[in-house]
Amino acid sequence: MSDTTTPAGTTSAASPRSWSAPRRRSARDSGNTAVAWLFLPPALLLFTIFVVVPMGEAVWYSVFKWNGYGVPTQFVGTLNFELLFEDPVFRLSLFNNVLVILATLLIQLPLALGLAVLLVDRVPLTTTFRLIFFLPYILAEVAAGLIWRFVYDGDYGLFAKLWEMFGAVGPHVLAEPDMAIYAVLAVSVWKYFGFYMILYIAGLQQIDRSLYEAARIDGASRWQVFSRITMPLLGSTVRLTIFFAILSSIQKFDLIMALTGGGPNDSTQTMVSFLYSYGLTRMDIGFGSAVGVVLFAMCVAFAFGYKRTVMRHD
Amino acid sequence: MRFARLFSGLLVSAVTTLATTGACAADVTVRLLHIDQSPAVNAFYNDIARRFESSRPGVKVEIQSLENESFKKKVTTLLQSPEKPNILYSWGGGVLREQVKAGVLQDLSGPMNAQWKDRFLPAAVQAYDVDGKLYGVPLRMSVVGFFYNKDLFAKAGVDGNTIKTWDDLLAGVKKLQAAGITPLVVGGGDKWPLSLYWSHLTMRTGGKPALDSAMRGEGKGFASDPFVRSGELFKQLVDLKPFQAGFLAANNSQASGQFGDGKAAMILTLNVVLNIMKDNAADKQGLPDDKIGWLPFPTVAGGKGNPGDVMGNLNGWIVTKDSPKETVDFLRFFSEADNQRLAAERGLYIPPVTESMKAVSRPLLQQTLQSVKHAQVVQVGFDQALGPLAGAVFNDMASNLAAGRTSPADAANAIQQAWRRAGLN
Repeated sequence: MSDTTTPAGTTSAASPRSWSAPRRRSARDSGNTAVAWLFLPPALLLFTIFVVVPMGEAVWYSVFKWNGYGVPTQFVGTLNFELLFEDPVFRLSLFNNVLVILATLLIQLPLALGLAVLLVDRVPLTTTFRLIFFLPYILAEVAAGLIWRFVYDGDYGLFAKLWEMFGAVGPHVLAEPDMAIYAVLAVSVWKYFGFYMILYIAGLQQIDRSLYEAARIDGASRWQVFSRITMPLLGSTVRLTIFFAILSSIQKFDLIMALTGGGPNDSTQTMVSFLYSYGLTRMDIGFGSAVGVVLFAMCVAFAFGYKRTVMRHD
Repeated sequence: MRFARLFSGLLVSAVTTLATTGACAADVTVRLLHIDQSPAVNAFYNDIARRFESSRPGVKVEIQSLENESFKKKVTTLLQSPEKPNILYSWGGGVLREQVKAGVLQDLSGPMNAQWKDRFLPAAVQAYDVDGKLYGVPLRMSVVGFFYNKDLFAKAGVDGNTIKTWDDLLAGVKKLQAAGITPLVVGGGDKWPLSLYWSHLTMRTGGKPALDSAMRGEGKGFASDPFVRSGELFKQLVDLKPFQAGFLAANNSQASGQFGDGKAAMILTLNVVLNIMKDNAADKQGLPDDKIGWLPFPTVAGGKGNPGDVMGNLNGWIVTKDSPKETVDFLRFFSEADNQRLAAERGLYIPPVTESMKAVSRPLLQQTLQSVKHAQVVQVGFDQALGPLAGAVFNDMASNLAAGRTSPADAANAIQQAWRRAGLN
């Protein structure tokens, strides 16, 4: 017990000095406080109107059956949530989100890290390759989706032509309910690995080169250098990228809409695209809000849980 | 959400007020929003608007369009914004019913019942009747049927004129396949093109009475025999794998273009396909009219539906609440027989104005028009009739049937569940 109180003790010992010592507050400090009070309301107002109120409204709508006209009046309690958890398409959407997260964690991030290690040293052509790998990230998601729609097109697309070269008839990848989600995952990996690669390169450049020199003199193998020096020192960057990657995977939407619209037969639906097609376009706003609430709860739980556990020292 | 809408609404209105006061001195502006992307149709609408303006000084008519899918997604929000257009394109059916219930539309019974409605085909007026009140002015009519490529039919030795029953159609499909021709194209990604098969088959197996009783919630409703039976018949076709490769991801425009390119022998769709085909064919022309044949939806042995009944769109204009009275004046002018005759003559669409319909000269359109004359019922698409929620499920299930991902009985059950849920309020 006495051990664990130490870090808490230091913070509580440090805080009176910085926060609650009115006698030592200088004129400049109180001026700053006044400025803070002056600048806070506009930001707070905007935040309330555009973030807090809509969130509260979504929670409110989610317990009504409401088609979007006028004011919701028909209270249905938890019915929307019950329907949601029974819905096979919602379960499929959840599963697809898990697939996106897995593809990100198991393919995208390792790929980005591997390339970052290869491209971190300033030798000729590395900047060119960095640029090439980063390019997909610059594209808007919708544009990327449309481009890949053409690539995957079974009649005229690049994909079809590749199959033709081998004398075979290519599949219509995006029209196969069992295949389409993997095609979407591939595009998603392609689009964002460059972004994470750049983050990793930045992280790698922070590492003191002398450590590598010392390791080399001591005769460490490349794997030893990577696992004993690079990985531990890159830890905070890796934890941060995992955080970003998972949150953006849960919210995957634009790419899905542009590539498949959630189809064929809902096989590429994610939670957000499900919210859009089953809530908004069907004028079932109460139900859609319930999806939004569940999605929000998941994101918040993940964000806080991850920050509290994995990233607590970062 | 409501606040954000309010804010953007205020912004928009502030901007437009500034713009309109600066730009022109018109006393009244009537604003119309439609979905037609065809340049010919837009020119036609604008021409009518300009002529109306010249006869009514101080009145200005603004015509704008939005693409079909975007229009459908935007219309709910739009109807509640202070900057809503006065006149909107509509499909009637369950969506109209919800709009009426929300109180955002103007009741047009007064002017319509004062002889105005006599201009139109009764079925077209009927489509805008909600509980005895009229909420729409008929605009155009589009009929569902099979358009076929005469050359490809000849090549496979199929005579279009002999296809009368569903079994004839299945036999034709097999013959086409034997000749190495893709029998059907469909925009399965949009789902509603696939729903036409199932819904039209239902109009044959059970007919309008089956649909009506299901909508009233009688018996097993949408899970009843006529719906399951029609699903089974649809499955007979699906099992032949008659559609183009990748049909589940293609949209209606692409499919229409492929038909125009001669990639497949038939397409089941509305007669507006003729315009869409032209815009989406590789050569921007598609098949010439004399290479295209049309056949009405086949009959089904032992079906209880009237074999002559057709399905189609009966589109109309709806008027938003608190619109100026010039709005109705404009629509009355718009639907005058002399004006709509031009649309018929140019083959833009079929106006449901009895006087103007006679001027339809394009043979393909004339053929579809004939089928309407023999019909007792012109049924709007089930997705529209059932409203936004159950209608979407109907489309989903049609698409799942076509993909072989559900059984006819399960699909029919899903519609029934969705219908009960939609009827909660």
